[in-house]
Amino acid sequence: MEIIVSPVPFYACLASLLAVIPIVAFGRWPNIRETCTFLAGAAKLALVLAMVPVVLKGKLIEFTLVNEIVKGVPLQFRVDGLGILFGLVASSLWILTTLYSTGYMRGANEHSQTRFYAFFAVSLCATLGVAFAANLLTLYLFYEMLSLATYPLVTHHQDKEARSGGRTYLTYLLSTSIGFVLPAMLYCYSKTGGSMDFSTGGFLAGRVGPTEGLVVLLLFVFGFAKSGIMPFHSWLPNAMVAPTPVSALLHAVAVVKVGVFCTIRVITGVFGTDFLQTLDIAAVVSWIAGFTVLVSSLIALTQDNLKRRLAFSTIGQLSYIILGVSFLTANGVIGSSMHIAMHAVGKITLFFCAGAIYIATGKKYVSQLSGIGRRMPFTMAAFTLGSLSIIGLPPLCGAWSKWFLFLGGMDAKQYVLVGILIVSSLLNIAYLIPIVIKAFFEQPSEEDKVDGIAEAPLACVIPLCCTALGCVALFAFPGFLHSLARLIATTTTTP
Amino acid sequence: MGEQAPIAIVLAPLFGALLIAFVGIRFKALCLPVTLGALTVSLAATIETFRTVLSEGEFIYLISGWERLGEGKGISIGIEYRVDAISALVLLVIAAVSLLVAVYSRTRVVAETPDRIPYYYMLYLLLVAGLAGMTITNDAFNLFVLLEISSLTSYALIAVGSRRAVLSAFNYVIMGTIGASFYLLGVGYLYIKTGVLNMEDIHAVIVANDLAESPSIQVAFVLILMAVWIKMAFFPLHAWLPNAYSYSPTTTGALMAPLVTKVMIYIMIRMMVTVFGLDYAFRATLGMPFNWSNLVVSLSSIAIVAGSVMALSRRDLKKMLSYIIIAEVGYMVGGAWLANERGMTGAVYHIVNDAFMTLCLFLAVGVFIARTGDPRIAGMNGLFKKMPITMAAFTIGALSMIGLPPTCGFFSKWYLVGGGIEAGQWHFVGALLFSSLVNAVIFFRIFEIAYFPKELSDPAPECTDPDAAPVATLQRTPLSMSLPLWISAIALIGLGIFNHTITQWIGSALGSLKFFPPAG
Repeated sequence: MEIIVSPVPFYACLASLLAVIPIVAFGRWPNIRETCTFLAGAAKLALVLAMVPVVLKGKLIEFTLVNEIVKGVPLQFRVDGLGILFGLVASSLWILTTLYSTGYMRGANEHSQTRFYAFFAVSLCATLGVAFAANLLTLYLFYEMLSLATYPLVTHHQDKEARSGGRTYLTYLLSTSIGFVLPAMLYCYSKTGGSMDFSTGGFLAGRVGPTEGLVVLLLFVFGFAKSGIMPFHSWLPNAMVAPTPVSALLHAVAVVKVGVFCTIRVITGVFGTDFLQTLDIAAVVSWIAGFTVLVSSLIALTQDNLKRRLAFSTIGQLSYIILGVSFLTANGVIGSSMHIAMHAVGKITLFFCAGAIYIATGKKYVSQLSGIGRRMPFTMAAFTLGSLSIIGLPPLCGAWSKWFLFLGGMDAKQYVLVGILIVSSLLNIAYLIPIVIKAFFEQPSEEDKVDGIAEAPLACVIPLCCTALGCVALFAFPGFLHSLARLIATTTTTP
Repeated sequence: MGEQAPIAIVLAPLFGALLIAFVGIRFKALCLPVTLGALTVSLAATIETFRTVLSEGEFIYLISGWERLGEGKGISIGIEYRVDAISALVLLVIAAVSLLVAVYSRTRVVAETPDRIPYYYMLYLLLVAGLAGMTITNDAFNLFVLLEISSLTSYALIAVGSRRAVLSAFNYVIMGTIGASFYLLGVGYLYIKTGVLNMEDIHAVIVANDLAESPSIQVAFVLILMAVWIKMAFFPLHAWLPNAYSYSPTTTGALMAPLVTKVMIYIMIRMMVTVFGLDYAFRATLGMPFNWSNLVVSLSSIAIVAGSVMALSRRDLKKMLSYIIIAEVGYMVGGAWLANERGMTGAVYHIVNDAFMTLCLFLAVGVFIARTGDPRIAGMNGLFKKMPITMAAFTIGALSMIGLPPTCGFFSKWYLVGGGIEAGQWHFVGALLFSSLVNAVIFFRIFEIAYFPKELSDPAPECTDPDAAPVATLQRTPLSMSLPLWISAIALIGLGIFNHTITQWIGSALGSLKFFPPAG
């Protein structure tokens, strides 16, 4: 495969990190500060977009920052299909989220907004670092950076609830990454004698037996706990104490997708799908993911706090992605890759709506939402579209990725797991549609009656309408994403 | 001039101390400039020596030009200094840390020990001379002399603090003297058996006369090991350390905590590598059903776990850090005894890292205490808002202790855990990871306290000492305190990013050694 050496991936990563300086410097002037964030976001998106055509041609973009960070392992970026897909999702949604944060943070009159924007920018830098990492060590460095950079965001309110949420957050993420990933990574390092590059076949291929392989695989899968796989999922509902923009971009898109992204990298880049096929151990991961899908959907049914319900929904949807790639089939990989984008657009819409409801009415619980659709028609219409997309109904984009996930499961002859996917889709209906029904068809209680429309600030409503329309648009024009996903599938699986 | 650099490393602080004895007693204002001058000369000489080592490799410096006698390599009759990449690295750490702490001491010594300024700086310089001499010397008996110099000065440097410090210093005197006596006995046995005191000659005689199985050599080995373990506070011989470091004056703690234990670990490695030889160290069984490598690594795992657990329950900042040091000593001892190159590299690399990590944290804690007057962890309430710059440096130090990238602590773990996996010492790997997690708990608990505003329930500090002179809290952090802190914090990141270069230097010194897998 042709490799082009270019610093663009590094610049894309750096764009948001450098933005921290003007963000902090202009902390006293909110308008200039937010403009800086927008500019950084635009620069980042432009840099990522510039790489897309090259990657679509099947080339790789590589840049080495440090030749040997430890013996034999460089600090290196390499952009392939999967990386660009994830990078594109994260950087484009960052711009919308910035617009949304402007409305939300000012609407809620939050304190320490400069800190908020600064750490948000650092988080995005780490996210792209993970997306473009060429080897396991580089990936790990950015993964840890992301854990730390998001802590001040999760605990933004600095009250008792934030404290305990932040504590759970770090306990889960740090103990798994230090306790599981680090030893697994060092084990790989000593097995391969120094190379940790995500080459197509997987650098661990042929070097471990089934038992060691299974142990290392599970250490990785559980270790990258940002993917919310059970039983290491409970940081995610607890992280919902964060302001909604954080929940929307980080805990529906960037952070959690970094988790599944790492898992995909482990399966395709560390082991390689062919090697896992020979070892015959991937089914273990499939079953854990299947279990997570089912149980999290059931828990979501019981949650009254809207954001927590969405969080459990996210846990389930993330495991779809892990499930898809663990089928080790081309269609499964296509489904997983597309679901990264499709779920991101759908779920960020739902979170944006939850935040808009909170800003406009101060309501956090599903049971309080009776008749809210009359008051906030745009928001709730967007919510409906987002829900349908998460459920996977046409004409919304979630339908495509689910379709490929089903196909992947059929190819792998995992009929029970396909059954679980179907049951889970029904459960998605059961926990999302009642909200829509409540909002539009129930009468609001007396004290909540408001004449006319009283939406959240425009800066909140525009982004959520954009992403809701995005759900429709991606159903109508999935060609680009599909060709990227196909590229990923052809480079990671043998037909 | 360049070829005299090795001796200047030790002589500069020694003469500086004498100068203070003559001049400083009368002109107190001259004490600090003389100290800084002496340490700068020492640092310059160290850098010069380091460059020589990099370009020419290991070399010997003959004090007063006493040539070796006899055929072949001969026998040394004078004292030799020997510098290789490892000792040069440790010397650099000593010189840099002592200079930074001296800058930091500007306001602290005046505030905490106003009536003993000349004595304080005299002892300070003698301690540095002793530590540097121990690192550079190639003579087992000369090492004992310098060990005593550094021990005696450190007793005094601790005792100069409050009344509690006197008691902890007394504790340390007893433990330290036992350690030093063990060392002297050990060297005595070696001398009786081999007739030489030069480290390389001792090794040559042991090998040539096949003395490895001799009971005297074995006893000497055990005695010397016990001695360095006591001096480095290797669990369970650690009891002297926490009180000594936490009740001593700020500057003493900041100087001794990074250097003393680390130099003793270097001495242990020197004894293993140069005097007894790795083959001996890793394979000796002394007629017992285990080998030393496995035994010591197991002890290290226990030390790491014990140190971490004890640190967890401390409410006093300095004491908590002291227990973390005890755990870190376990890292390095374990790494050195893993019997593979990666472990040994990790141990030496961690000597450098741990020195700077400890320095950074002790300096930061010194600033906190100077500003708030409260030595408790609970006293750090709201500090992120009150002094964000200092807290940022403290955060870097803490992340390094936890072992998060890109700080050097992560890369230490990388080599140590990697060495543990290579050696199949899974309990050591487990202990290292456990310690990382405990450190994460400890430091994030501190961050929580400093980050989340909360009213203090009992504002009175629990560790007040009625006899200590009341030290006024500072309103602003002087540059003399923040600059060394920031240099050490940046060093932590630099050491991490350039870890490959540093480990290559270490590797160049270890390259000629043969690492035997432990028998059995």
